[in-house]
Amino acid sequence: MFTDLLYLLRRNGLKVSLTEWMALMEGLHKGLHSASFTGLYHLCRCLLVKSEADFDAFDRTFLEYFKDVPFQQEVSQELLDWLDRPDVLTDYANWDEIQALKNMGFSEEEIERMLRERMAEQTEEHNGGSYWVGTHGMSMFGNSGLSPKGIRVGGQSMYRRAFRVAGERKFRDFRRDNTLDTRQFQVALRHLRQFSGLVDLPPTEFDVDRTIQDTASNGGVLKVRYKRPRENTVKVLLLMDSGGSMDYYAQLCSALFQAVSKSGHFKDLRVYYFHNCPYGRLYHAPTLLSRDSIPTDWVLSNLPGDYKLILVGDAQMAPYELMGGYYGRGERAGGPQCGMDWLRLLKGRFRHTVWLNPSARPDWGEYWSQTYDRIAKEFPMFPLTVDGLEEGMKKLLAR
Amino acid sequence: MKEFRGSQNYVASEELLRAANIAMVLQKPLLIKGEPGTGKTMLAEAIAQALGKELIIWNIKSTTKAQDGLYVYDVVQRLYDSQFGGQGVDDIEKYVKLGKLGEAFTSQEQAILLIDEIDKADLEFPNDLLWELDRMEFHIPETGRTVKARHRPVVIITSNAEKELPDAFLRRCVFHYIAFPDRELMEEIVRVHYPDIDERLLAQVLEAFYKIRQLPQIKKKPSTSEIVDWIQALQHGGVDVRRIVKEVPYLGVLLKKNEDMDVLRRQWR
Repeated sequence: MFTDLLYLLRRNGLKVSLTEWMALMEGLHKGLHSASFTGLYHLCRCLLVKSEADFDAFDRTFLEYFKDVPFQQEVSQELLDWLDRPDVLTDYANWDEIQALKNMGFSEEEIERMLRERMAEQTEEHNGGSYWVGTHGMSMFGNSGLSPKGIRVGGQSMYRRAFRVAGERKFRDFRRDNTLDTRQFQVALRHLRQFSGLVDLPPTEFDVDRTIQDTASNGGVLKVRYKRPRENTVKVLLLMDSGGSMDYYAQLCSALFQAVSKSGHFKDLRVYYFHNCPYGRLYHAPTLLSRDSIPTDWVLSNLPGDYKLILVGDAQMAPYELMGGYYGRGERAGGPQCGMDWLRLLKGRFRHTVWLNPSARPDWGEYWSQTYDRIAKEFPMFPLTVDGLEEGMKKLLAR
Repeated sequence: MKEFRGSQNYVASEELLRAANIAMVLQKPLLIKGEPGTGKTMLAEAIAQALGKELIIWNIKSTTKAQDGLYVYDVVQRLYDSQFGGQGVDDIEKYVKLGKLGEAFTSQEQAILLIDEIDKADLEFPNDLLWELDRMEFHIPETGRTVKARHRPVVIITSNAEKELPDAFLRRCVFHYIAFPDRELMEEIVRVHYPDIDERLLAQVLEAFYKIRQLPQIKKKPSTSEIVDWIQALQHGGVDVRRIVKEVPYLGVLLKKNEDMDVLRRQWR
């Protein structure tokens, strides 16, 4: 029964195994779905999904399989952002009797077809009108509107007149590819500690438990045991891009900073800031004041190479800011000539380096992606998300 | 098989009830995840109470090992006893003490076993319990005894998602995520705690509470236990109902971080 669903779930990236599938069959056999559709949904979700991060994918797959929900077009995130206006309408200024009657006249099929057309055409935010997908208007699409009939898209139910809800995905926030909050950052950063227990050190610490254990099983003749020290040896150098195009990600970066500084399990942690690309000086604060800075050379010569270097930045700047001599030329002859040279110096000094990028690779025009691609070629680059950070931490610990 | 339908002191959502019953019928551990303060631990107590069974709680700490839950062989005590010629040193059984899991297995009646905050322990911890939870038995090599469950205990596991649990372990569990209660459910929960609460007070409290939770800058969002405490503080202090949303008296009960309080002072209104 439903064997296709198993394969559909697996195709959509849910790791459902035979163990879980057999449990589901047993559950169905015992009537745990209580012969209802909702019951079946809950039974399937309980047994097949093992993380709230997968609820969203499961919901979509389940709906796809049981084509009970006729409207299934993917609603773009952009559109949902336009529609996210929780303010309540206080007057009914947009109410239009004629439009209301007209809207009543459309059949549900027609309204669905029209919404598909609108979603393909619409390029900007519209509110208070009667045609586009928007809020607070007479349109049949969107939310918080006054139309007596329509399809709710995004937002919260306000006047409860919609006959269908498109794109409502309750668990979207839990998706793992979402950018994350402080707590999730901390969890990901823990990887740096867990793996550090694997560091090879000579066994020097007296192991009380095993000494007693082995002495006892040896009939009371003393047997001394030593163990490897469990101290965390990870030292971290964090360099963060600040200002300019990074302002969009200020909250995200501050969350990362808090998580790193709160983690407290590193042997040492140094944080410096730069703008666009590290040049001759690194700054102590994101405000980038030159009186509050140190020469990059100092970092290069004073911090040993076993510091794990984490660079955070969008890697998007004007090409001359990376390759040109105006910004990057150092004071020494034969020293670094441009931003890229500084980056290579850092990379050469610190063996374990990753670049975390809060922004995706720009695909609209070559100008901004040039520096992105060049930097991605030099440094292993990971997105600043739960998965990306985890991958990055693993990369830092790989030998 | 008795069904769990929620209890006097515990308001469970329909989904949670279903998950709990599925886990009991299929005899699989029920894994509960959710934000702190959504009543994960309370659930086990409520199930035990509703079914009239004994509840055995195994609190997991960062140093807990799987072995601790099965049994502990007190070698040191035995060594000590042997040196001073104590009685019964030959009897190893005397020095084997059953852990919480062992206790649940040997219980005379079916018991509810709560493994609380499993994610606190080492990463490998859940894997070490696979066999025991699957077969409901374990072997004590020192005495050659096999402890087998008389009655399969109902196992409830809670996790705060601090660590990822291994796949092999997850495959054997029934999973439920306790989402944060919405307004209607929260109203019901508050009524369970304060059956004769003033209607206007309740409405104002809920409005302020959800407004605060919605502020994205708040780091530690107030949870169910905080709203319950807050209501008590408000009732005790005899605060004018109209002031609640505007001024949020006794803010310290709701928000536990300095930054959060500053955020609220700046953002309010």
